[in-house]
Amino acid sequence: MRRAPALVLLAVLVLVAPAHAHVEQGQAAGFFNGLEHPLSGLDHVLAMIAVGLWGAQLGAPALWLLPVTFPMVMALGGMAGLLGVPLPGVEIGIAASAILLGLAVMSALRAPLGAAVALVGLFGIFHGHAHGTELPAGQSALLYSMGFVMATGCLHGVGIAVGLIHRWTWGQGLLRAAGAVVALAGVFFMWRAIA
Amino acid sequence: MRQPHRMVAAIGLALVSCPSGAEAHLVTTGLGPLYDGLLHAALTPEDLVPVLALALLAGLRGVTHGRRALFVLPVAWLLGGLIGLAVHGGVSPRWTALSFVLLGGLVAADARLSLGATTLLAALLGLGHGYLNGSALAQPGLGAVELLGIVAAVFTLVALGASFVVPLRAVWARVVVRVAGSWIAAIGLLLVGWAIRSGA
Repeated sequence: MRRAPALVLLAVLVLVAPAHAHVEQGQAAGFFNGLEHPLSGLDHVLAMIAVGLWGAQLGAPALWLLPVTFPMVMALGGMAGLLGVPLPGVEIGIAASAILLGLAVMSALRAPLGAAVALVGLFGIFHGHAHGTELPAGQSALLYSMGFVMATGCLHGVGIAVGLIHRWTWGQGLLRAAGAVVALAGVFFMWRAIA
Repeated sequence: MRQPHRMVAAIGLALVSCPSGAEAHLVTTGLGPLYDGLLHAALTPEDLVPVLALALLAGLRGVTHGRRALFVLPVAWLLGGLIGLAVHGGVSPRWTALSFVLLGGLVAADARLSLGATTLLAALLGLGHGYLNGSALAQPGLGAVELLGIVAAVFTLVALGASFVVPLRAVWARVVVRVAGSWIAAIGLLLVGWAIRSGA
């Protein structure tokens, strides 16, 4: 007898119909799909975090210049992808980004600021182009783009936050090890892209 | 007596938890056109983001620029809105995308604009987006009262955004604002791609 109310409640909750409270359909889906898209591929995730890690190793002004540069250049690549502008070797470029950024973090490379920005920007084109060609139709363009850019920026933020351990000796070693892991993953992505 | 009460409560809860299709309207608040306008500006990213971008830009440049944007933008928005209400023009998403790219790029670059340039940007943004709002409002037969609500929201948003940024002195805090600008510019670039692809 005690279980009866709970069973009734459970049955009704399981059988509920969705409430169509919003006239505009697909808006939230657009934002959350955009938010999810950069997180759906490990190659993108590792490269984005590596940008943050390297920025933290290089310190100011690279610390903030790289995360400011990357989203805009990546969006340029995304725009090219959306417009159908061909870019050969996109997957190879993405894998190369993981390898080179991983190696840069592993070796704590003190590259000149211009070179670091140019390298990160170049890879941003490849990542953006891949995202641009994969963007699904029928989404809210603005909300999808907002989610997409915010997720990418947050990945950089994660990289920077983790990279702050650079101030400690043990942290520097740990960062180099993380760079090695990213580079190794990049080798795997490269093998997969070529094979 | 306890068991029947529990049964009634359980059935009541179950009925409450069983929703039917709600025919809610996203645009109207039920509180009248003024509040509809207030909510429109706050809940429409096409308008909200460029307004915040201008507020950030003006805030980075200091109190004088913030005050100028605070008064020029709403007035220009109202003028543009009234023109849109009268003209019933078309709405192109490219304008929105361009305002994202321009204002976001300037925030990201921490551009050292003159007061005249800030005024011009505020006026252009207000006229352009106000015109789009006015044109959209004209279509469903809504009126100038809703436009006043939008303008009030724009005023409030600029006041909040600029006053948040003006006192920031720490380098990292200003960098966070610039990163926000780069995100806005990036969103705008993607929007340009979307708009061209869809032929809008």
